[in-house]
Amino acid sequence: MRVQSGGLIDRNTRLTFRFDGQSYQGFAGDTLASALLANDIRLVGRSFKYHRPRGILSAGSEEPNALMTIGQGAYAEPNMRATTAELFDGMVAQSQNRWPSLGLDLLAINNLAAPFLGAGFYYKTFMWPKAFWEKLYEPIIRRAAGLGALSMAHNPDTYERAWAHCDLLVIGAGPAGLMAAKAAALAGLDVIICDEDTRSGGRLNAERLEVGGLPGADWAQALEAELRAMPNVRILLRTTVTGAYDGGTFGALEVLPETVARKTGGARACFWRIVARQSVLAAGAIERPVAFRNNDRPGIMTAGAVRAYINRWAVAPGRVVTVFGNNDDAHKTAADLLAAGVHVAALIDARPDATTELDVPFYPGAVVCDAHGSKGLEAITLQGPKGQEKISTDCLAMSGGWNPSVHLSCHMNGRPEWRDDLASFVPRAGAVPGMHAAGCCAGQMSTHAALQGGLQAAQVAAQALGVDLPDLAPPQAEDAPYRLAPLWAVPGKGRAWLDFQNDVTVKDVRQAAQENFRSVEHMKRYTTQGMATDQGKNSNVAALAVLADATGRGIPETGTTTFRPPYVPVPIAAMGAGAQGKGFAPERLTTSHAASLEMGAPMIAVGLWYRPSYFPRAGETHWRHSCDREVAHVRQAVGVCDVSTLGKIDIQGPDAGALLDFVYTNTFSTLKVGRARYGLMLREDGHVMDDGTTARLGETHFVMTTTTAAAGQVMKHLEFVTQALRPDLDVSFASVTEQWAQFAIAGPKARALLNGLLDAPVDDSNFPFMGCGAVSLQGVAGRLFRISFSGEHAYELAVPARFGDSLFRLLVARAEEMGGGAYGMEALNVLRVEKGFITHSEIHGRTTAFDVGLEKMISRKKDCIGQTMADRPGLSGPEREQLVGLLALGNARPLTAGAHLFKTGDEAISANDQGYITSVAYSPSLGQFIGLGFLRDGRARLGEEVQMVDHVRNVKTTCKVVNPVFFDPDGGRARG
Amino acid sequence: MAELIAKSPCEGLLPLDLGQVQAREVVGQPMALVAPFKGAAGPLGAALMAAHGLSWPDPGKVVQGQGCQLQWFGHSHAMLVGCPPSDSLRTHAAISDQSDAWAVVALEGPDAAAVLARLTPLDLRDSQFGPGDTARTELFHMSAAITRSGAQSYQIMVFRSMAGTLVHDLKTAMQAVAARS
Repeated sequence: MRVQSGGLIDRNTRLTFRFDGQSYQGFAGDTLASALLANDIRLVGRSFKYHRPRGILSAGSEEPNALMTIGQGAYAEPNMRATTAELFDGMVAQSQNRWPSLGLDLLAINNLAAPFLGAGFYYKTFMWPKAFWEKLYEPIIRRAAGLGALSMAHNPDTYERAWAHCDLLVIGAGPAGLMAAKAAALAGLDVIICDEDTRSGGRLNAERLEVGGLPGADWAQALEAELRAMPNVRILLRTTVTGAYDGGTFGALEVLPETVARKTGGARACFWRIVARQSVLAAGAIERPVAFRNNDRPGIMTAGAVRAYINRWAVAPGRVVTVFGNNDDAHKTAADLLAAGVHVAALIDARPDATTELDVPFYPGAVVCDAHGSKGLEAITLQGPKGQEKISTDCLAMSGGWNPSVHLSCHMNGRPEWRDDLASFVPRAGAVPGMHAAGCCAGQMSTHAALQGGLQAAQVAAQALGVDLPDLAPPQAEDAPYRLAPLWAVPGKGRAWLDFQNDVTVKDVRQAAQENFRSVEHMKRYTTQGMATDQGKNSNVAALAVLADATGRGIPETGTTTFRPPYVPVPIAAMGAGAQGKGFAPERLTTSHAASLEMGAPMIAVGLWYRPSYFPRAGETHWRHSCDREVAHVRQAVGVCDVSTLGKIDIQGPDAGALLDFVYTNTFSTLKVGRARYGLMLREDGHVMDDGTTARLGETHFVMTTTTAAAGQVMKHLEFVTQALRPDLDVSFASVTEQWAQFAIAGPKARALLNGLLDAPVDDSNFPFMGCGAVSLQGVAGRLFRISFSGEHAYELAVPARFGDSLFRLLVARAEEMGGGAYGMEALNVLRVEKGFITHSEIHGRTTAFDVGLEKMISRKKDCIGQTMADRPGLSGPEREQLVGLLALGNARPLTAGAHLFKTGDEAISANDQGYITSVAYSPSLGQFIGLGFLRDGRARLGEEVQMVDHVRNVKTTCKVVNPVFFDPDGGRARG
Repeated sequence: MAELIAKSPCEGLLPLDLGQVQAREVVGQPMALVAPFKGAAGPLGAALMAAHGLSWPDPGKVVQGQGCQLQWFGHSHAMLVGCPPSDSLRTHAAISDQSDAWAVVALEGPDAAAVLARLTPLDLRDSQFGPGDTARTELFHMSAAITRSGAQSYQIMVFRSMAGTLVHDLKTAMQAVAARS
């Protein structure tokens, strides 16, 4: 029910929202929870396990009951706390975990079975038969117990992530946080203040308190405005600091208002990483409920929440309210209710010596021992010195005291400190380096103490940063003592709830202790207390107090469970913002990308690069048609292929040759200027790392080519070698992969094509096989390499990348005129398999130079990385699987890469494994399927027939072992 | 005979103007990576000063010269931007032409820092990253070189092949920042 006046809401801005299909109204400044209460809706959800009717318990992020699905269709977001959901016009909210409706929930039958469903029930019951757990029990349990459901549609919302840096991070913008921020900001420090609320002020917004002669909320607004005007202060509202991590790094979740989320590209939430040199933890405290029979009835709330609804939102959570507590806050609550004109049925104070001057029925030394009504509170029973009494009431405000929000101080495995005078834990100093607690969070319970504490914390932080704070006195504020008598659970029969979200009762905790789950960590796992999405913010301390009592220990000896990030649930979508779909990794596009797409080429991903698979022409209905044609182009006319993705490393310096000799197995220092050579690179362990050609452009200038896949790895390797192994070498290198667009021009007509474009023609004398050098192409300085990966007379022509697009189009046009054309990765692969050239399919990390038949490339005239280790026994010899060629026998029988090889007649099991196939192709040149593979002692078995068995694709083929060079074995075509 | 036509890395992708930020491509600057040979720092410094009016930059700094600048680019590496390197440098340092290797984008406007804060972990506060500062760092998933070129302007360099991703990431961040105002 809305109170006629007051509150921090904008009564001129009406907002319409829907809850479970019904339309309601609220005001700007409302949360979904305050708007529901203003509309007299008390039943808002069903509990996790027993499907008990539940109402709103709190007014903050600790809310365990009022979880909603907000939004519709793909936009629906489950498990949103109504207490922190900012009301907006058009909001659509649904209650959860009920079927068919909130009022009539058939699964409430679980509640009747409660005697069987207590702690440990699942562990004891679903033991047998073993297979039933996964197939039967778990799906049923999961359906019956749970929270909201995902839409199962792709999430169309946008999320953001961002970084921020500051000298001081202030966590919480209540009196302590604001004061700390002001002091630090005046001293010139860069300050970031985060608060999970939509406005600063913390409890000042929920209480009738004055600070510095102003209503508390007004004082906070004024100070916020003052801070916002300072260039060194950032205020992040709606931002919950979720975790404290190493190196002064904090995670924080900012929930953006609906007005932002609805804009094009506007984010729903932003995940911040904040790096701070010092921090002030002014996170406040969370009020704890008292456990008594049926204390989970809708209408029973924490006293602080009742005050917040009355004072901040001008909502009376009930018409006849009863107040129950063990501390002075109960009295404050009754006073606030009376001031708002709400009828107070009774003030019940567990302390026998309590007194009051309020004009309400007062029950000192009494406790509430039962609650009545099912879908809403109707009455309570109190147990006083004079016996029991039943009081009609529709709302009970309860306070068991306050638990400082120590969570963040424990994220680096620190444990909080117990304080007997507060009957609660407070942060241990130094638990997170550079973090200083202040305000209620540090057990400074009055407003004055909080303001003073904020100043002190800022002082300590400033000192650590070597900065002097200005002399600042806290404004005038109340300094009432915090008096309470611990009260955790009211003794008696029936179920008294501790953890509302996971349906854990006092009885469950006692049972855990009885069954010897006496450690607090064991109790937690046995009962599931504190394991729900609220992480037991309301219940942790009370549960361990009950456990302490049950085990005859004190609370500090019992200890707390581990606090872990995040403090509130964080959408994975926020942490991974921007990385959905293709955002997962950058895309690297060649200069010929657009032209290739125009030619209809399907692209395949090669690492981060995209390369054309083949270039379909009219009438070609299968990739093989295109591929076979492209192979024929190269073998008979001329083909053009973009090879820019291969790594190109510019190596310069007097010791460039020495470096190459050290990293390659063969010798490069003797290479003549203007020549290129194929090189093989080993890892330290003697296995092959990479291969490629390296060209000598000048006396002290080489260009190394790596494979596309290993470009980064080789660059890293060279860094390691020059920094760690051979710092004596005077050599420098730089990646020039991106500088040059490079195209292979291959085929019998390659030179004719080139000479039609180059400013000066090339011939066998100035560009012999494996020659290289500078060329000019319509005035553009390029580089030409006469190298071949196809076995044909071929070149690679490089020009500055800005000309790549233009040159590719030109080369393709010329090639087409000559009866050839562009070729893609498929044809490139066929061409090299026909020639027995290896790629990373063969040098996959487990093969040696011996295995691939290149052991003679390991020069013995010098040392190189991997040389000694390659000589180890077991890395060469007949027991090794060696590179061979394989010919499929029989017509059109395919070979498959990844298939294994067996001797004819052997069973195809791993004990009989003889090797495997790494690359396959249909060879148009040979008219049959060919493959490369590794076969045990393969080079000695040429001519033998072996069985290929592909267990995955279920293919069996008989093949003949042959030399891996299928086509033009003497290499005359490339040299000619 | 057909001409070879030059195309810039971000051609067709930029400029972008969203909210309080503009992104435009910086085209046509000669760029060369300079890496001194062993013990050649002294003579290289003299040659740089004589030819370009530049001194060798401290880590994380950009040095301005006559119509060009020398941008720290990692350990013992600096990028000469704006003029072709003088031949007099070649005896003292390895020089690699990089004019075509990088997509270069200027990000400018009151919200430029807010946009970058969504993409890079760099501490962008004036006290830590003022005009004349440069860093090799991350820009979302890419390695990048980011330079503070003015009070409200930054220059971003990523591999040429990643120009499309750079523009996509910038646009996403620019939209998100614009939506907040």
